[in-house]
Amino acid sequence: MTATRAQIERGLRVGRVHPWGRWGLRGAAIVYIGAIVLLPIAALVEHGLRDGIEVFWREATAPVALAALRLTLGTAAVVTAVNIVLGTLTAWVLVRYRFAGRAWLDALVDLPFAIPTLVTGVCLVALYGPHRALGAWLEARGVSVLFARPGIVLALLFVTYPFVVRSVQPVLMEIDGVQEEASWTLGASKLRTFFRITLPAIAPGISTGALLGFARALGEFGSIVVVAGNLPYRTLTAPVYIFGQIESQETRSASAVSVVLLAISFVLMLAVDWRREREESKYAAG
Amino acid sequence: MPQGKAGARLPGQVSERSIAGRPRGWEWAAVGVVVSYAGLLLAGPLAAIFTGAVSSGGGELIGYLTSADAKRALVLTLGLTLGATTINTVFGIALALVLTRDDFRGRRVLNALVDLPLAVSPVVAGFAWLLLFGREGWFAPAVDSLGVQVAFAWPGILLATIFVSAPLVAREIIPVLMHAGVGQEQAAYTLGAGAWRTFRRITLPNIRWGLMHGVSLAFARAMGEFGAVLVIGGGVTGVTETATLFIYRSLDDRREAAAFAVSLLLAAISFGVLLVMKYSHREGEGALKRRKGGE
Repeated sequence: MTATRAQIERGLRVGRVHPWGRWGLRGAAIVYIGAIVLLPIAALVEHGLRDGIEVFWREATAPVALAALRLTLGTAAVVTAVNIVLGTLTAWVLVRYRFAGRAWLDALVDLPFAIPTLVTGVCLVALYGPHRALGAWLEARGVSVLFARPGIVLALLFVTYPFVVRSVQPVLMEIDGVQEEASWTLGASKLRTFFRITLPAIAPGISTGALLGFARALGEFGSIVVVAGNLPYRTLTAPVYIFGQIESQETRSASAVSVVLLAISFVLMLAVDWRREREESKYAAG
Repeated sequence: MPQGKAGARLPGQVSERSIAGRPRGWEWAAVGVVVSYAGLLLAGPLAAIFTGAVSSGGGELIGYLTSADAKRALVLTLGLTLGATTINTVFGIALALVLTRDDFRGRRVLNALVDLPLAVSPVVAGFAWLLLFGREGWFAPAVDSLGVQVAFAWPGILLATIFVSAPLVAREIIPVLMHAGVGQEQAAYTLGAGAWRTFRRITLPNIRWGLMHGVSLAFARAMGEFGAVLVIGGGVTGVTETATLFIYRSLDDRREAAAFAVSLLLAAISFGVLLVMKYSHREGEGALKRRKGGE
């Protein structure tokens, strides 16, 4: 199909030509997102709120559910704090230094994106399990990793490691060092330069990565279910609690807690989007 | 002060190379902290699964992988992964084109929804599909009258797999499409190339590395999905038991060796995917630099 001259001129005037047939593509995108994303989410929200807000609230704030949500939010917060520090440091080391094994480190960072999270959990079982060398050694010293909170934190640290690294790295590469060099030449120490020049520049990258990692940690299931032990009030996280409720046909309670998790994720995603847009408009302006 | 490796440097000219150099003094400490953290956190458990799986001997390992249940699970996972990745690739490209090249009311809503699957817990995702197709689901009467089974059957796990890996392809190519601009596409189109030809000759070559990166991410995610397929599929042995569900059941039945064997295989595949990811990322960065240099 060749466009007529009038079509082309109209397209150029508007500043956009749609070589791929406007409605065909739009239709495909809308049907795709509508059917695959919107529909199941709508069913979930409808089910969660079907019996009224009181029932929803009662189910969502049941003591076990509340403890699970608290544990999930708490561990996600701890993990995010570690990621902010060590993820930023990792990005810094990868961008600024050249050393033997750097390429390996760079590849290793992406591993959690490629490896199934259940396999991550099995790996942790293989390392810290009670019948394994390291696990037994730690157990003898009174440190239990598996079926305890340290196991949850380790699993979450594993699966969320790339987020801060990968959102800080490109920003660090983009700032070319001119300002930092100027700051050093003018006598500021390296540490001061980092806090006054570098950190403000990479802060948006850090917060985007931290938010994404936090969201990921809230929903994590595969790695946790095999390492946590899943004891109510102790090591039962919200996603595992939801799973248990589905298994025992308690769908009302499952959907109530699901809606709570979903609402938190949605707010986090909006925050990421808002950040991204602000960065883009800053680029456009400057 | 960092010293550039290149000797002849014009004043004011700071290349990327000049700020990246060998660490010295206390900087080695930073490198040491990062390397040991990544090593302990990521490489340690990986080495443990390797020794755990290999310790039972190579023959045993092959035996676990070729048992009837394991084979069926692996074949199912392969089919699901290929199916979900294909659908996510085709629709992901369409979606990315719409989000970068089109403007209409509702585009922002679309944009906000795209990332949601990445933030939703896999268990919640599987449960949401169950509420559509399960016993009392929205579409239960419709699919029942058609005699099709979706929940606890392969269509359900395919849908859930598509959901969890949906945004990955689109997310990777959107920035590339934005950077490439519409100039070349408009030129090709005005010169008489049709829609398909413009896409194949201009757009596709522009986005190929981003596309490859996104496809490998989506592939890995689909292959490794566990929570969502557990909830919607129920993990019926031989019917809806994927590779990850097989691992889970083996672990539950205290057959650790079998769980380790299949885990090792999946980890090895992930490693292959990781190499493709690294390669496409590097090539993509190179292409970006060349384009910037040409401007």
